[in-house]
Parts: sequence; C-alpha cells; structure tokens
Amino acid sequence: MKLLEYQGKELFTEYNIAVPKSYLARNQSELNQIKDKLEYPVVLKSQLTTGGRGKAGAILKCANKEELVPKFTELLNKEVKGELPKVILIEEAVNIDKELYISLFLNRGKRTYSLISSSEGGMDIEAVENKVIQDISISALTQSSAETIAKKLGLSGVTIESFSNIVIKLAKLVREKEAELAEINPLAILKDGTCLALDSKVIIDDNSIFRHPELGKYIQISELQEQAEKNGFSFVELDGDIAIIGNGAGLVMSTLDIVNDAGGKPGAFLDFGGRATTETIYKALEVISKLSKVKAILVNLFGGIVRTDLVAQAILNAYEDGMISVPIYARISGAESEKSKKMLSNSNAKLYDTVEEAISSLVQFMRMSK
Amino acid sequence: MNNKFDIFDILVGKPEDPDYGNKPVIIQGITGNFGSVHTRLMREYGTNIVAGVTPNKGGQSFEGIPVFDSVKDASKTFNAKISGIFVPAQFFLSAVKDAVNNGIKLLVAIPEHVPVRDAMESLEYAQTNGAKIIGPNTPGVIVPSVNKIGIMPSQPFKKGNTAVFSRSGTLMYEVSFYLSKAGIGQKIALGIGGDPINGTNLIEAFNLISDRDDIESVVVVGEIGGDAEESLVQYIEKTGFTKPVVAYVAGRSAPKEKRMGHAGAIVYGNYGSAESKISSFSRVNIPVAKRPAEVPSILMKLMK
Repeated sequence: MKLLEYQGKELFTEYNIAVPKSYLARNQSELNQIKDKLEYPVVLKSQLTTGGRGKAGAILKCANKEELVPKFTELLNKEVKGELPKVILIEEAVNIDKELYISLFLNRGKRTYSLISSSEGGMDIEAVENKVIQDISISALTQSSAETIAKKLGLSGVTIESFSNIVIKLAKLVREKEAELAEINPLAILKDGTCLALDSKVIIDDNSIFRHPELGKYIQISELQEQAEKNGFSFVELDGDIAIIGNGAGLVMSTLDIVNDAGGKPGAFLDFGGRATTETIYKALEVISKLSKVKAILVNLFGGIVRTDLVAQAILNAYEDGMISVPIYARISGAESEKSKKMLSNSNAKLYDTVEEAISSLVQFMRMSK
Repeated sequence: MNNKFDIFDILVGKPEDPDYGNKPVIIQGITGNFGSVHTRLMREYGTNIVAGVTPNKGGQSFEGIPVFDSVKDASKTFNAKISGIFVPAQFFLSAVKDAVNNGIKLLVAIPEHVPVRDAMESLEYAQTNGAKIIGPNTPGVIVPSVNKIGIMPSQPFKKGNTAVFSRSGTLMYEVSFYLSKAGIGQKIALGIGGDPINGTNLIEAFNLISDRDDIESVVVVGEIGGDAEESLVQYIEKTGFTKPVVAYVAGRSAPKEKRMGHAGAIVYGNYGSAESKISSFSRVNIPVAKRPAEVPSILMKLMK
C-alpha cells in the first residue's frame, strides 16, 4: 500500500521527523476554514498516488491570499495520469539551504534493508550521482553508524546530528509499521542546519496490514478492487479494452505480453488464483462486466487440477444471466476440455487449444469491430 | 554451512538408503482445506506422507495419516526431514520454528500473503539452524516420477534431465508442459515463489544443481520485480556455468508501480523492469523466449 504524501507525513510526525506546518482541504468550504490561518507563501500539493507531480504541474506555489482560491481550484481539477486528487495539502513554505535525498528500502536480493542517501535531493534518484548506499539493520541501527553516513555525505555541524536522528527514526518507522520503503526526497537542510522532510513516499507491506489496524484509515481502493479482493482475486485495471483472466499471476502477465505483442490493448488483469470453480470464474466475469470499456475477454487457464467444464459452465451462466455480452476467447487446457468445447459451441465464447490461437482470433475480432 | 545443501539427497536419497525414493514427509496444516486436498494429490503421485500437523487436532487422523499438535510431537514417532507447510500466512512463522526445531531440513512453504518481516525472520531462523526454505508463496518442488511437495498438477511434468526454476507457479506448469510435450523431461522443477523475499532464490536454486552431472540444461522463468534475474546473470558469469540455459521473463507490458498479482511483481523506475532482466540475460548470451511455448525449441537448438 502506497501512502499519499500527507499520510506518510502523518507517520513522520508520529515518529518526530519534522515536516512543514500544513493543512488539508478537500473542497472549497474546507479551504475557507483554514484560509485565514495561513502564513504566505504556501505550497499547494495535489495528493496523488502517481509520481512525477512536479513535472505535471500538480504542485503550485502561492505567494498571497489572492492566488489561493484559483490555484486550489486548478489543482483540484487537474488530472495526472488519469488520477484526480481527493485532497490538497497546503504547506507553509520554508527557507532552504540545501536539499538531500534519503530512502530506506527492502533490498530483496540481499534480504536486508538498504539506505540510499545523497547530498543532491529533489530530483529523480536514478539521475543522481554521488549516492551513498549502505545496508543497515533496521532493528539495531546505532547513532554512530548513522553519523558515519552523514559524514560520508559531507554534512557538518548540527546537521550531522539532525540527519542521523532522522535516519534512526525512519528505521524505527520502517520496522514498526512494516514498510517496504520510506523515502524523503527532498530532505531539506534549513538555515539553522536542522533537517525537515519536504516530501514523503511510504509503501507498507500489504501482507502485514492485518496487524496494523492504525493504518486501516489509509486504505483507499476502488469498489471494483474491493469486490475483486473480497473474492481473493488480484485485479489491476489497465488502459485498453481487452480483459485478461487466468489462474496465476505469472500466467496472466505472460498473456498480457502476448496480447500486447499481437497488437491488442489489455484493459484489465485478473488472476483468480488456484480456486477455479464455477462460482469463482462467474465472480471474476462479474468484476469484469462492470468495466464498460472492455470489448472482449480472454480467458487463459492452465488446467491440470482445474476441471475445465466447471469454467465452461461459469461462462455459459454469465451469458445466460445477461451479465456479459462481449465475446470470450478462451484457452483452457486440462481435464474435460473436449466436453467444455461442446458446452460452449452455441455461445459467444470460443475455445482454443493454444493461447496464441485464442489471441490471434481475438485481435482479429477487435480490428474488425473498429 | 560449509557442507553444500544436497536437495536431492533430502528429497530422493541414496540408492543404499532403505527409504530411497520414498523419503518421509510431514504436512503442516494437513486438516485445512488446501492442505487436505493436496495431501491426497501428493500421495497419489507417490509422496510418502507419514504425518500431519494441526495444532489442537493431535490424535485425529486424515485418511489414515496420523495428525499431531506439533512437529515436535510428530518427530517422536517419525524421522522426517521434509515438511510441506500449508498453514495460513499468520501462523507461518510459528510453523517454521516448530519444523526447524524438530529435525526438518527442507521446508516447502506454500502460503501466500506472508508478511515480509515474518518471511525474513523465518529465513534467518532456518539458516541459523541449517535448514532450507523453498518459498513462501511457492507451488513447491517436484522430482518427476519420484515425489512432489506442493500444489502443482502432475500432468505437465515428465522425468528427464532439465531443471526448471520459476518465480511463477502456473508458468512453471506451462513451461514444463511444453518441455514435456517436446520430449524434454525434468530432473527437478522448483518454484522460487512470488514474494519479494524468497527462501531459495534463483542463485541458490542454481547452486543446488550446478555441479550435478545428471542435469543437462536449465530453464529460468522470471518475472518483473526485484533483481533476482540480474543477480543470477552475474552468478552465471562468475561461476562460468556452461550448460545450456534458456530464460523467459513475464511482465514486459506491465505498467510501473502496479503490483501484478504477486507481492513481488512490481516495477519501480527501471528497478525490476522486464527490459533490465532481458538485457542482462542477453549480455551473457542466454536466449530469452518471447512466449512460454517457445522455450523448448530454443533449448533444443542450444542442446545440439
């Protein structure tokens, strides 16, 4: 779960990592309530899950009271990569001496946490040179090892202590909240030499949420996503018009690639996992039926343990109930596949022996219907 | 550990062993929905399941298999070194400790949704005590015609001399199915697991077979997320592994910063991207199939 900037900063505050003085406003009337408390200049920041907000113009500086309402309205209506903000963060601007970068993340290959830091903050870290990369123990990080990192970055004076305190607090946050990543970019050094987190990026391990009820308020998923998850499906909405359903994340990903290579545009990824019964397939089709952009469905099912006639039955039921009308191209290998073909012979679904055949028919259909 | 972990010795044994090819296996979570279904299927395939474990159900039996409250209790009667773990994710860590503390050397960890912190703690615990974990979130491991510990269907697999290592379950079945159809059987097929942290990663899987004469080739099924494939390429370069290797990488068209079903299948920037993995393999002349179905023909060309 990727937290929004303000949510990450709420965690920072909980861990005594300094952040700018700020307010939240969801709409005009909430803005009116805080308007007179602000000390200008302020920065308006659209709260989005997508990155690259700065470049997209979703962060606006506001010099005085007159600019506030028009800029606020502009941001509230500004879509970035298809996403509209639900809330705007309004922060009082600070005088910055220098910007740093720190990121503490789960290093999968090494099975440890690594801290990347740099004395050049504010930009995309892939572009940054002079990076200091250090594996650290999030449960036993000492003040002196944090200070060593600060010195490697060339920091001096009070900044050494302020920076290493932040590293230690960040490690504590990552450990206690079970984060996969906690990043501050930029981390500002103020005129007095102390550090202040100007941005936040925190990603929590989804599988640990069950023991973090305090983070429940940050979960924000679409209704469709919720419906999918309730059924134990993995569901990702994509840009195109072909829904891809299968059993197994890798298989569905691989199908996505083959559809893409054939010139098709995937519009949804749905992995219904190992529980392929008539009911689960029907439920998967039900989720897909709510996406009006979907013009065709590709089912790629590796049988084996799954009985394919149960899948065929689900498809038949979905058509008969009027839940779906778009054509289904299905590759179903496994037990009872001949029987399944017969069951579907009078429907809008076609069964194929290989996924390549199913995809080539599907892509041809999409071309003809355009 | 200085002694190399010999997975075949544990799974199959040596010809002089009285239980050669019939090594005893314990199933933790045997009475659960998933555990019971697959216990039946594993047994049908020939896996010698001697005991099950479900806390508070000790004394019962499942289709003739005695059930114990803990591995500790089971180990008083049975001397098993292998456990298949089918418990719900939140009980995973305690199941691992129970197994490791009581003689289990190979833990096949099926559950999905194990928190990273628990996975890391489990791995550390196993490693300190000389045990190995495959998974979590793995379909398991199969030695075709001998036994399987996991949830994979049997049909795709055929006895042979290739090793298949896969980060995805269904793609492991899919690729093995195409290999078997083309007459290329498998000595072992092992699921790395779809999580960010794996008990046996690609390098460690390679390590299990790297000096075995009976393995002629390796198929690696990778996917987006992390840098396991990139690290594997470095390992292959460093060790000079010369047997034919064919790779496949799923997720070329996946969007960035979206978790594609597996907890570990997510791209941040270039980190974890399919391009990065494919170009790594290409750099050391390991061919990368564009589709799973292409794997056998590419491998056959290399074997000539």
